[in-house]
Amino acid sequence: MSDNTINDVEHLACDVLVIGAGGAGLRAAVEARLAGKSVIVISKSLFGKAHTVMAEGGAAAAMGNANANDNWQVHFRDTMRGGKFLNNYRMAELHAQEAPARIWELETYGALFDRTADGRISQRNFGGHEYPRLAHVGDRTGLELIRTLQQKLVSLQQDDEAAGEPESKLQVIDETTITELFTDGGAVKGAFGYRRSTGRFMAIAAPAIVLATGGIGRSFKVTSNSWEYTGDGHALALRAGARLINMEFIQFHPTGMVWPPSVRGILVTESVRGDGGVLKNANGERFMFDYIPEVFKAQYADNPEEADRWYTDPDANRRPPELLPRDEVARAINSEVKAGRGTEHGGVYLDIASRRSADYIKSRLPSMHHQFKELADVDITAAPMEVGPTCHYIMGGIEVEADTAASAVPGLYAAGEVSGGMHGSNRLGGNSLSDLLVFGKRAGEYAAAHAAAAEPPKLADEEIETAIQNALRPFGNDGENPYELQNALQAVNGRLVGIIRKADELEEALTELAALRPRIENVTAVGGRAYNPGWHLALDLRNMYLCSVTTAMAALERDESRGGHTREDAPGMNPEWRKTNLVVSLEEGAGEVRLTRQPVPQMPPELLDLFDPTELSKYMTPEEYRRDSPAGTPSAGTGPADTDSTEAEEA
Amino acid sequence: MSARTFRVWRGDAEGGDFAEFDVEVNEGEVVLDVVHRIQAEQAPDLAVRWNCKAGKCGSCSAEVNGRPRLMCMTRMNVFEEDEPVTITPLRTFPVVRDLVTDVSFNYEKSRRMPAFAPPKDLRPGEYRMQQVDVERSQEFRKCIECFLCQNTCHVVRDHDENKPEFAGPRLFIRAAELDMHPLDARSDRREWAQDDQGLGYCNITKCCSDVCPENIKITDNAIIPMKERVAGERYDPLVWLGRKIFRKDKAPKSE
Ligand code: SF4
Ligand code: SF4
Ligand code: FES
Repeated sequence: MSDNTINDVEHLACDVLVIGAGGAGLRAAVEARLAGKSVIVISKSLFGKAHTVMAEGGAAAAMGNANANDNWQVHFRDTMRGGKFLNNYRMAELHAQEAPARIWELETYGALFDRTADGRISQRNFGGHEYPRLAHVGDRTGLELIRTLQQKLVSLQQDDEAAGEPESKLQVIDETTITELFTDGGAVKGAFGYRRSTGRFMAIAAPAIVLATGGIGRSFKVTSNSWEYTGDGHALALRAGARLINMEFIQFHPTGMVWPPSVRGILVTESVRGDGGVLKNANGERFMFDYIPEVFKAQYADNPEEADRWYTDPDANRRPPELLPRDEVARAINSEVKAGRGTEHGGVYLDIASRRSADYIKSRLPSMHHQFKELADVDITAAPMEVGPTCHYIMGGIEVEADTAASAVPGLYAAGEVSGGMHGSNRLGGNSLSDLLVFGKRAGEYAAAHAAAAEPPKLADEEIETAIQNALRPFGNDGENPYELQNALQAVNGRLVGIIRKADELEEALTELAALRPRIENVTAVGGRAYNPGWHLALDLRNMYLCSVTTAMAALERDESRGGHTREDAPGMNPEWRKTNLVVSLEEGAGEVRLTRQPVPQMPPELLDLFDPTELSKYMTPEEYRRDSPAGTPSAGTGPADTDSTEAEEA
Repeated sequence: MSARTFRVWRGDAEGGDFAEFDVEVNEGEVVLDVVHRIQAEQAPDLAVRWNCKAGKCGSCSAEVNGRPRLMCMTRMNVFEEDEPVTITPLRTFPVVRDLVTDVSFNYEKSRRMPAFAPPKDLRPGEYRMQQVDVERSQEFRKCIECFLCQNTCHVVRDHDENKPEFAGPRLFIRAAELDMHPLDARSDRREWAQDDQGLGYCNITKCCSDVCPENIKITDNAIIPMKERVAGERYDPLVWLGRKIFRKDKAPKSE
């Protein structure tokens, strides 16, 4: 390609621009197109490769196919418990109510879930879910979801073609990264990015934008996330004036591979435990019985006999503790390893071989069987797996209005992992695939409505020129190689902002991050613009940096332990902190990160009534849940006192 | 830890050549780990596609010592100690840069594939299917779209002239999947495969099945059944007559 063409900016326009082509983005695109809007979907990778394909276990939806007692109220309850009641209750409510319809709809797009004996969608057990609830396809449910939505988009394109509509009504632009959002008077009006294959720039005018870019996992070395997960949407939203909440809550999935070193972090699905696998330390002890927190004692078995009976008689027995919410299991594994009871390679054993037949394992967990055989020379039907925690998911994200998925910036919507609030301080397994369907649809719907009422925006040459200069800067810099800087950033986060945190270490992390900032600003790219991964990483680094700072700041501020945020120097949950969200925004001008406190939305009485007051008393202050006292809005705005924390009991 | 020599093709649509890298290899590593090390330490702009590094996304397809493979699932211990490792981009698709090829051929072919046709009389939530019936289609839905089968099939490998007519094994399994879907409302999947996808070009060499990282039995479970049934119906005069009447646009071709 000649230099002239490469310097021409490609100009595009649409009603709804969807950034991200994972489950949330594709579901949003379907909805916006069905609403009659023109839609462009930007995919960082090839179409159909998004990180959603990595989701293994399933999508949680209270369809009641496996246990007729299940309904949205039970699912809602489980979700709130899993999130330690920090969740945006309205999001959790909508999610529990709408997930079944979103799953059934996929069947009309061609999805083929595993079936029950009477021909309905089969549902499997998962951590934190009271009943078998996860619609699944073996252990490759995410792939089924992506392929189904991908094929649905293609079918909508075919419908457009048959109706004589132009191709531009629904376009997927693959291998393209967005580096800037454009705003005007506080509202979004478009985006700027580059095509990876050529390095050519692109400016897209759009009155409504849906961010569906996923998470931030690449800021950690041991992660289950793909290279795409560099916090692009989090950072784009911040720079456009939106706010992030709950950034301190990061989920370390309890079971990542630990050996050999090159596969460290690759996910081992929770289904292994849902289907009967148990965790053992190096002494062969099934240690999870020692780690059942007080708040969960009513639901989890404290002896192996009862735990094992549960698989066949769930109504009369409590659940095995291996199926506690992920944060509990991850911390337990961490403690076992720290206490010197870990395996040779610093993990624990996950054993299904001694508990289920080889045929059962191969049919329920085919890709795990394949993965361990190919990558670790381990036959999981004959030997236990070695596993340990891996950075998996960020609960925090863009603050959105529950019903509309709208951010604080007019025209800007967010759905899926990039949004915050739905999962509170900890996400239950299976609630991600359902989250992205429920809120992907809502984001698409409301973005389309917003676009219908908006004027087509115009982008100015100057703002595009500035975006070009920013994107090309690494070629003119004389600093370090982006891979080195990524390693340095990962090292800070892994060492100081990991699964167990302390105030002094978080302060150190902030100091080290601040020292990295000028180095990242001066990052250097060599070579040309066509398919240059070094350049791409150089541009992603500033997003990773920004997200890392927000996480470290919020983690330092919240001096309690809750869900995906564990402070060794502040153990236990503090009911005062439960009422408080930490909110991050960027100062205008200087672009410094600002952290403020904000009350968590109060559950209305009809939702509070779904819980036993004794359970609520473990999380809340009495005035919040006692019906005899006037509920009102307690002192949430001022936030918890730093000193007199009342600790709920926690192991 | 040991030192190895990697020969990596570098270049673009205009041409290119092999670059040699001496690089360290650790226990348990896969080819993609080593390519990443080359990128991080020696060639920051080395173009390579990958996402999951766990054999689940189908992005990292390339030819390693002449064999089409996923780089993230190719353990270094499959090579002899002193064997050099040579990596080239997929041969059947145009090179974008280095190890990255333009795989849009596959996406264009899937754009032509008639979508799942939902049964008219069932509402969402009313679908009932037996596990044994969905399993046949589920095998094909395991496909991670790595396009290794497409790259390997001799009908299009080194034969660009066949590309317009031939959709390839990845799309044959898609047709078979829909044909075997218990509730798909269309009944012309096989004819479509024959007439629009160029199923007739396939002479059942099974090379596609050999390279499939998901071990999908592309030939045995999709292509052969589809061919048999197309043939069976076409030799049946009544079916043949019906097709002539209802599908005037496409005259049936004989195999
Ligand atoms: S069996 Fe058919 S589709 Fe497969 S490689 Fe051979 S000719 Fe190609
Ligand atoms: S059928 Fe197999 S080889 Fe072909 S694209 Fe799918 S996974 Fe790859
Ligand atoms: S990187 Fe996903 S299959 Fe290799």
